Amino acid sequence: MDHLDKLENRSIYIFREAYSQFKDLCMLWSIGKDSTVLLWLARKAFFGHVPFPLVHIDTHFKIPEMIQHRDKLAMEWDLDMIYGTNFQALEEMQTFPDGNVSHLECCRLLKTEPLKVTIMGTAPRYRLNHSTGTYELDRNNVPFTGVIVGVRADEEGSRSKERYFSPRDTHNYWNISDQPPEFWNQYKTDFAPGTHVRIHPLLDWTELDVWEYILREKIPVVSLYFNHGDGKRYRSLGCGPCTFPVESDACTVEEIVEELKTGKFSNIAERSGRAQDKEDCGGLEELRKDGYM
Amino acid sequence: MGAESFDRELISNEEIADLNITEHMNIAITGHVDHGKSTILGRLLVDTDSLPIGKLEQVKETCQRNSKPFEYAFLLDSLKDEQSQGITIDSCRIFFKTAKRKYIIIDNPGHIEFLKNMVTGASRAEAALLVIDAAEGIKENTKRHSYLLSMLGIKQMAVLINKMDLVDYSQDVFNAIVQELCEFLEQFEQRPTIFIPVSGLNGDNIVKRSPHLSWYKGKTVLEQLDDFVIDKPPEDKPFRMPVQDVYKFTKHGDNRRIIAGMVESGTITVGERVVFYPSSKSSVVKSIEGFNAVPLTTVGPGWALGFTTEEQIYVKRGECAGLANEQHPIVGTRILAHIFWLGKAPLKKEKSYLLKIGTKKVKMSLAEIRFNMDASNLDHNTKNQVDRNEVAEVVLELDQPIAFDLPHEITQTSRFVIVDDFEITGGGIIVNAIANQVPLIEDQINRRITQWERSSIDIQQRFEKYGQKSVMLLMIGDDFSKKNIAKMVERQLFADGKFVYYLGIDTDGNKFETDTNISSISNDETRIQQLAEMASFLLDAGLILIATASGLTPEHLEILKIALSPEKIRTIWVGSERDTDIDVDMQFTSNDDIDEFVHKIEQLVITV
Repeated sequence: MDHLDKLENRSIYIFREAYSQFKDLCMLWSIGKDSTVLLWLARKAFFGHVPFPLVHIDTHFKIPEMIQHRDKLAMEWDLDMIYGTNFQALEEMQTFPDGNVSHLECCRLLKTEPLKVTIMGTAPRYRLNHSTGTYELDRNNVPFTGVIVGVRADEEGSRSKERYFSPRDTHNYWNISDQPPEFWNQYKTDFAPGTHVRIHPLLDWTELDVWEYILREKIPVVSLYFNHGDGKRYRSLGCGPCTFPVESDACTVEEIVEELKTGKFSNIAERSGRAQDKEDCGGLEELRKDGYM
Repeated sequence: MGAESFDRELISNEEIADLNITEHMNIAITGHVDHGKSTILGRLLVDTDSLPIGKLEQVKETCQRNSKPFEYAFLLDSLKDEQSQGITIDSCRIFFKTAKRKYIIIDNPGHIEFLKNMVTGASRAEAALLVIDAAEGIKENTKRHSYLLSMLGIKQMAVLINKMDLVDYSQDVFNAIVQELCEFLEQFEQRPTIFIPVSGLNGDNIVKRSPHLSWYKGKTVLEQLDDFVIDKPPEDKPFRMPVQDVYKFTKHGDNRRIIAGMVESGTITVGERVVFYPSSKSSVVKSIEGFNAVPLTTVGPGWALGFTTEEQIYVKRGECAGLANEQHPIVGTRILAHIFWLGKAPLKKEKSYLLKIGTKKVKMSLAEIRFNMDASNLDHNTKNQVDRNEVAEVVLELDQPIAFDLPHEITQTSRFVIVDDFEITGGGIIVNAIANQVPLIEDQINRRITQWERSSIDIQQRFEKYGQKSVMLLMIGDDFSKKNIAKMVERQLFADGKFVYYLGIDTDGNKFETDTNISSISNDETRIQQLAEMASFLLDAGLILIATASGLTPEHLEILKIALSPEKIRTIWVGSERDTDIDVDMQFTSNDDIDEFVHKIEQLVITV
């Protein structure tokens, strides 16, 4: 077993624990490289099937190519695709691009809030109809009690303290100072009514592991990650107005792996192109306590 | 060893990055609160040039602004909570690499308040660094942590005697601590890999050797990290795989029935006979399944395996797969175990808990405490409960049999955790099985059924004669009208010339879920067993059996399936609100027409 095999098999084990222990399970798919690897691991774990819905929080500021990529794979891989959106904030123009709120407030309004209510089923969910290829209002509003998320411990400080199975209380709050113990492949799968558990199968993966795995498995990722001749590529993807590319000549997955191995970015945070991480010291941690991915 | 090896290993980050490093290792760092773990780690990062550009300056500047003296520990404190309290509240991962390996160093809290976080962090590691303050010497948590590391199964441990600068780099102080700790560890057969005198503050023996410690000729911390050996997976042990799930995804015509789980030990090959414990069911491995991978024929420890079997057998999550030609696991309902307890509430005798071993989850109660032990001094005492952060030898009684091994045979399958009120509150290792074991439910039923001499008329002949298949229609749900409906169905089928019989049974479902009194659990189970036995005869006689049951749980249904085989049972939910984990075959609501319903049932049992 090599390093990627070990990571892959551990992640598969976590997926299967989640599927067996949570009746109302979903997975967040942001269309980025990490959650796309996560999706691939789900197909590995369940032998080509993805036996739970995928949830995407569409801020309507996502780079259009991401939405195209989402719907293409959803149709090809027969994915049960759901999205949720905070239409009210968009209508009232309570967004950063509209110039009315800060970065962090915009993240809270367009991501954290709709994520909460979509998981709880208290706001409309839109589900992909595979026969028409369009999204329809979903009748199912059962709260999800298990939510699989593709966060990695090496991304930033607060994520380095995450558990594989991380409980959120009835208000989605993450209590960092009182987390459940995890040892000997035993996780918190028993939970009180009204609470939900975030499940993190990618926790031990690094940015380089993710790219090496994409290379090994030939996983289709959105082409925004590659340089198309202008010497720039995205290293981390989010909303168009708040995500910036890095200088890079890497045009292929091989070249990205090489680039990361040479340590070109070893001194620059992966999420340095993401505005919400910078606004205030500890801003992302505050967002995450409140329910952000 | 000496200056050359230090030069060899101190390669800057950029140079290391160029190399293709394939080895990975997780290391836990632990110790009593304020003994300097974070300082040592901060030093390690600075001296190996592993920090992002500007990080050191940034932290120094912050300290200056807040009029605080700079500490290496601040480098690690990426969370606000942590800085304000000055202690590591949770284990966190630090990524760092040498020319040989990539490391994840798991920084564990030293405060007793956070022992469960220390356990979480340490259990992910292959080796540990135990930090002791030379000036303060060995404290309770030094001992408690080293005991827990041993219990968690971590065999490689480097003891770093820190703050040597505070004791004038005295070799005598160092030797005294070494001797004291060795005496303590010997009691549970733990032997440290190495003792290293260090000063995190001055960087002595972390990466660089120190002129102050010229009497020490051994390895630096960095050298020792690279000298830790990577754990070998337990390939040469008997095969064990706790069944995680059994999949049948019917989408796109997929007919595979795949038994999945993580291989804990040993290997398995296509064509070998597997046996599942505790049920003792067995079949031959037909294929090893995968996705986007070359099909494998043999699989070993660490693989998240999925396989199909030659004959279809009904096994479920919680069973443990072994091989027919290898040593079997032990099956029992009473175990002797060493446990550590992390729960805020103590472990008590009068309470019901859950025990999780592999993928099996069973109700458990504390039957006996042999002794309690303070892990910080190994003093024995006897109490009638196990308190938080204590260690104890206990007898546990389980309400269902589990399959396990003893730690000297297969460590992985000797370990379990205890769940109290939704939380994992303890961990343990089974050190012995205790006799006076209740025979398996399956065995009990099967033995009782088979002790009767049975009819020589084949069941198929009966089916042809009666024009019906024997089946049990199990009507469940909390609707009061259930019994009346069952009787109406019986009457109608009877009028239509079917051989049918009604039997009502009540299990008190709510009581089963919440009552902590084990005897009520056994009562329910006993009644289900009685139903299973009776049903086995009635179905054998070719009858259609209609049974009503309240509060039936999936576990109860499993018992019936085991005794009667799954295809002979049809579950019918009576009522509109479906409130069950049981897979329901049919549903009957007050809006449904009884005649139509009876017609559906007749279609089901008719033989053509």
